[in-house]
Amino acid sequence: MSHSNGSHQHEGVLVSDPDLPPTAVDPQVAEEEERRWTPTKIAIWAGIAMLGGFSWTMLALVRGETVNAIWFVFAAVCTYLIAYRFYSKLIERKLLKPDDRRATPAEYKADGKDYAATDRRVLYGHHFAAIAGAGPLVGPVLAAQMGYLPGTLWIIIGVVLAGAVQDYLVMFFSMRRGGRSLGQMAREELGVVGGTAALIATLAIMIIIVAILALVVVNALGESPWGVFSVSMTIPIALFMGVYLRYLRPGKVTEVSVIGFALLLLAIVGGGWISETAWGVELFTLDRITIAWGIIIYGFIAAVLPVWLLLAPRDYLSTFMKIGTIVMLAVAIVITRPEISTPAVTEYASTGAGPVVPGSLFPFLFVTIACGALSGFHALIASGTTPKMIEKERQTRFIGYGGMLMESFVAIMALVAALSIDRGIYFAMNSSAAATGGTVEGAVAFVNGLGLAGVNLTAETLNQLATNVGEESVVSRTGGAPTLAVGIAQIMQSLVGGPGMMAFWYHFAIMFEALFILTAVDAGTRVARFMLQDSIGNFVPRFRDTSWRTGAWICTAVMVAGWGAILIMGVTDPLGGINTLFPLFGIANQLLAAIALAVCMAICAKKGVVKYLWIPALPLAFASVVTISASFLKIFSPVPNIGYWAQHNAFKGALAAGEESFGTARTVAAMEAVVRNTFIQGTLSIIFVVLSIIVITTAIIATIKAVRQDGGTNTEETPVAARLYAPAGFFATPAEKELEAQWAALEPDKRPVRTGH
Amino acid sequence: MSINLALGKAREAARGAAWLFKGVMGENAYQAYLDHQTRTHVAEAPMTEREFWRDKTDRQDANPEGRCC
Repeated sequence: MSHSNGSHQHEGVLVSDPDLPPTAVDPQVAEEEERRWTPTKIAIWAGIAMLGGFSWTMLALVRGETVNAIWFVFAAVCTYLIAYRFYSKLIERKLLKPDDRRATPAEYKADGKDYAATDRRVLYGHHFAAIAGAGPLVGPVLAAQMGYLPGTLWIIIGVVLAGAVQDYLVMFFSMRRGGRSLGQMAREELGVVGGTAALIATLAIMIIIVAILALVVVNALGESPWGVFSVSMTIPIALFMGVYLRYLRPGKVTEVSVIGFALLLLAIVGGGWISETAWGVELFTLDRITIAWGIIIYGFIAAVLPVWLLLAPRDYLSTFMKIGTIVMLAVAIVITRPEISTPAVTEYASTGAGPVVPGSLFPFLFVTIACGALSGFHALIASGTTPKMIEKERQTRFIGYGGMLMESFVAIMALVAALSIDRGIYFAMNSSAAATGGTVEGAVAFVNGLGLAGVNLTAETLNQLATNVGEESVVSRTGGAPTLAVGIAQIMQSLVGGPGMMAFWYHFAIMFEALFILTAVDAGTRVARFMLQDSIGNFVPRFRDTSWRTGAWICTAVMVAGWGAILIMGVTDPLGGINTLFPLFGIANQLLAAIALAVCMAICAKKGVVKYLWIPALPLAFASVVTISASFLKIFSPVPNIGYWAQHNAFKGALAAGEESFGTARTVAAMEAVVRNTFIQGTLSIIFVVLSIIVITTAIIATIKAVRQDGGTNTEETPVAARLYAPAGFFATPAEKELEAQWAALEPDKRPVRTGH
Repeated sequence: MSINLALGKAREAARGAAWLFKGVMGENAYQAYLDHQTRTHVAEAPMTEREFWRDKTDRQDANPEGRCC
């Protein structure tokens, strides 16, 4: 029992039961195992490094007419493997020092429900399903206007040094604190000011994120009877599944998901039939404002209905689709290996004049792609549900760091799918209606007028594509989701079904994204409602009681009104909506990441590991610089396209001068709308950046204080000796297998509780 | 022989995949609860499957989980 694993102070407490086999692999044995470089092992890692290096060379240096998609896959996977094996291991050994002799909350707080030790591979899937949504699918598509290289580099390097680090640290620290939430940890580590700022920032950020996700759905479904029909069918399908699980066959989750999935396919096919009938077109062709109101009303009802009826079954369906479709897409990309003809870096990276989202590479690439590289929202998932289910401390590396690598891979696939479509089509779909006029002729004139080398768009191409995907038009289908759907449809039809199946695959992809987003909208509203109730509870104690109907309804209404107002603003925005709002989404998400990393840095400093403080400090510094400078540009830039206030003042000036149209706003009412919208966007930017600066400053103060004092208060829960064992990674090492065998040989009544066996 | 061996391996892999998939979907939550009950509160009768799933969604009502973007 004399081996130390970095927690000398607990030596006395962590005495394991002499009747049980050891609860951790002997560190010396583990160390030897890791340090033993057999020729096979060397050959494998050399092979991975060479393949990765070669793929990066193909992407970054070799300049041909086209580049094959397979190099993106290899470059990503090889880099992930190397980062996982070496960098995350460094974080484990030097910074976090997990100790498998310590019981996790899932063990010492076990209740068989929320706190339940779960097999690491199962929990990896759970965690991945909770973190991956529409974000990594949308951001990379929009960033593709800068060329394929900036996005690829940021997604892969960002995840290795920032995103996966954040997820891993937050998960580990939350686990050591009994599964506490990020907000609770912020208050504990940063004090009342920092904690309160973090809470308000989180709430504001949730509102903006839900609003912009909803805007993506509205843009995908506007004037699309097929899409409206099939996506709205998910509601009765989920209700049916809910009733089935509650009354008919409780617990048959996979069975009901398969039934739900079959019904979903039927809804997609049925949408195709309906879109060909006159009554169907009349009934289901809705303008964007109507759809936005529909989502707002849906969001409110879904958030107050009992979970079993709508949210839980929709979540099962969403998980089912997520895993299935992502695996399908990965296989399809590897088999079809599309050629990509987009330049590595386009002029928009430096000029910032891109029609999809305004702004130059620094800092706007890093806020356009948030999810997939660094997503602050994950900190909310990684603190809370997952840490309560971890079986062994050392598994956090696989689940936290490894889970985020998988999301990054999803982002790479989304990027590949978006890049594989014709560049002319890409710009016709992603330029706002304010630029294209929403017509095929307008789009052709606009895109050909951009002066892009090798792009010659014809009206015929656009009309043909619209017919192929079963839509009235594909012009100005902004928001990323439709572009990705076209990319997925192109890849899938070459594998299954041919051009005749393209419409099916397009609507399958739209459904896939809408399903995630609606689940996120509904769950996000609920979480935000509880946070609001908790905050109001500080002043009006009655609101703390979450089962109090009136309070719940009031707070839900406040939250829905918050994101609903921004959604309506985005839909009616004369400047195009998504391209003015999307930067705010990325900034909000990255600021949350900065907050999470700041909390982690303070914790590390209090642990006294000054030498490796750079591990959280490096991504924190980068995220802070990116988001604060992006926010400052959005607030202070004199270029109306970039600065909200510059735009605000330009339109205000035009109105004062008595002009009746200005820029893309053709009426006085539209000009007034721009003045109003830019005011709200500008104000939100100021609020976000001020709150974040407060949180980051309090964290830096806490860090400096801790470094000076050589550590700080330990906020971890008291260690308890573990009474169970499980390997750390996906595959068990020989030493881990041996220990597992010892546990397996134990008499059944002595064996501790594990799930999934 | 070798065919039987290969078939056996394939069957095992398929079973493993099904187990993993069901686990990720959350289907084994009741079994986990039962395992926990038999190990600890032996005196108290555990919830039935129907009661357990009701209780689970009711707990979600009072304790929402975020879903990411």
